[in-house]
Amino acid sequence: MNIYKHEFKMHLKSVITWSLSVTALIAVYFSFFPSFAQDAALLNEMMANFPEELLMAFGMNGIDLSSVLGFYSFVFLFAQICLAIQAANYGFSLVSIEERELTADFLLAKPVGRTRILTSKLLAAFSSLTITNIVVWISSFGFINMFKGGKTYDTKPLLLLLLSIVVFQLFFLTVGLVISLLVKRVRSVTPFSMALAFGMYVLSAFGGMLGDSKLEKITPFRHFEPNFIIQNAAYDVPLVLISVSAILVSLVGSYLLYIKRDIPSVV
Amino acid sequence: MSIIEVDNLTKYYGKARGIIDISFSVDEGEIFGFVGPNGAGKSTTIRLFCSLIYPSGGTAKILGKDCFKHGPEIRREIGYLPSEVFYYDRMKVIDLLKYSASFYGKDCTKRLYELAEIMDLDLKRRIDDLSYGNKKKVGIVQGLLHQPELILLDEPTAGLDPLMQRNFFKLIREENEERGATVFFSSHILGEVQRMCGRVAIIKEGRIVKIEDMKTLQKDNYKKIRVTADDVDEKRFDVDGVRNLEKDNGAVSFFYVGDINVIMRIISEKEVSDVTIEEPTLEEIFMHYYE
Repeated sequence: MNIYKHEFKMHLKSVITWSLSVTALIAVYFSFFPSFAQDAALLNEMMANFPEELLMAFGMNGIDLSSVLGFYSFVFLFAQICLAIQAANYGFSLVSIEERELTADFLLAKPVGRTRILTSKLLAAFSSLTITNIVVWISSFGFINMFKGGKTYDTKPLLLLLLSIVVFQLFFLTVGLVISLLVKRVRSVTPFSMALAFGMYVLSAFGGMLGDSKLEKITPFRHFEPNFIIQNAAYDVPLVLISVSAILVSLVGSYLLYIKRDIPSVV
Repeated sequence: MSIIEVDNLTKYYGKARGIIDISFSVDEGEIFGFVGPNGAGKSTTIRLFCSLIYPSGGTAKILGKDCFKHGPEIRREIGYLPSEVFYYDRMKVIDLLKYSASFYGKDCTKRLYELAEIMDLDLKRRIDDLSYGNKKKVGIVQGLLHQPELILLDEPTAGLDPLMQRNFFKLIREENEERGATVFFSSHILGEVQRMCGRVAIIKEGRIVKIEDMKTLQKDNYKKIRVTADDVDEKRFDVDGVRNLEKDNGAVSFFYVGDINVIMRIISEKEVSDVTIEEPTLEEIFMHYYE
């Protein structure tokens, strides 16, 4: 419990920053909705003129930007990118930060097993991500109701979309963690987390453009594509299972690797 | 009772040598010196004791239990001061020490303040505002606050000013004499090992070359002899058991091992003006093993 508390405190500042950023992002984007909704016909005509590939890249093909959820699914994609970077940051730094800042000798010489250390750290990171998650829920409902004007929307697809965040975050947290344990040393977290988050996004975007269905199967941006969830009011279950399996494999792998890991020394 | 028992302990980092076939034991209440230059394997050994790293072969037992199977249990009784100290920069000293104490499931508050007092440590400052020497003090306090049975010191004095070094050695001696704590003291500063330790192991390129009582090491091995005389001829002293024979300024100095009567006769063959026979310092013994 003491490690959990300590870790959670270490995350707190970053959680606040990320939560406020995502809130601001949702607020700013969604504040455009009233003007989009007004000129619906004009807008859809304009969209039809964009090349198909471009729309696919942004997951916008077949989307109706003049409907509340259509517009929200477009906003949500950007929120997803932020959430992915945040979760990947925590994943990559979870263990590596102790080795980089050389505090691992302190922590690991204490009378606790490595399993307990990793579990506490994972739970602390997950709690931190959950705070951001909750903030996204609140700001999504808040800003949708603030800017929807006279329009109405179904609650179910929105709930499905928001519920997907938890798996989405866990994917980047655990995959980041296992990669950080596979490489010898993570010198700086940002390049790794950016590469993972944007890499996955690009795979989803390009997969869409090329119509190649193999690559896009590994990316949670496709597993939880906002457009799909909104239009079908359902998850693409086999794809979601890929995300879940990736999380499980990464978790088991991380524990195995961490328990046997030689902690690099200072020199 | 042996507090530390090491048997053929070996550690390779990939192909790089850490330590090879190290065996020794340390008894309860000892202050055991572990001497060698940088890169000889001192830190590797201590890091194995804390299971920060895992061995390539051999076993290490602390308090009769295997270091790698009963890690958490053993570490409850270990106080570890790493050679380089790094702590969570954004924390205050007192918060770090309380965090450290929270792992031991007992109230360490009183001892914490006592130690901070002895080491003259300002508890309210942030870790990243501390100088290297002050961080080292944090290390000392966090390593001792839970009153461990075994204290592992990895080059503990680097960065401490002479006054603090004295306080530190006094503290370690008290831990040893009053509480009966066993001390494993790794260092390349031989003077401090000489002052503190009852026994020493000398480690060279990953292997132990000698384990000896401090007294035996100094007494039974070499004598440092210096003979001053008018017109002294150093060739006279070039006999079995003499090494590092040097002539300077009308005096001959050398190390001697063997029957003391033999060398006494040679010295007294001719008129001398002065003779000194000294026990060598650990430094000199040490150089001998590394030549």
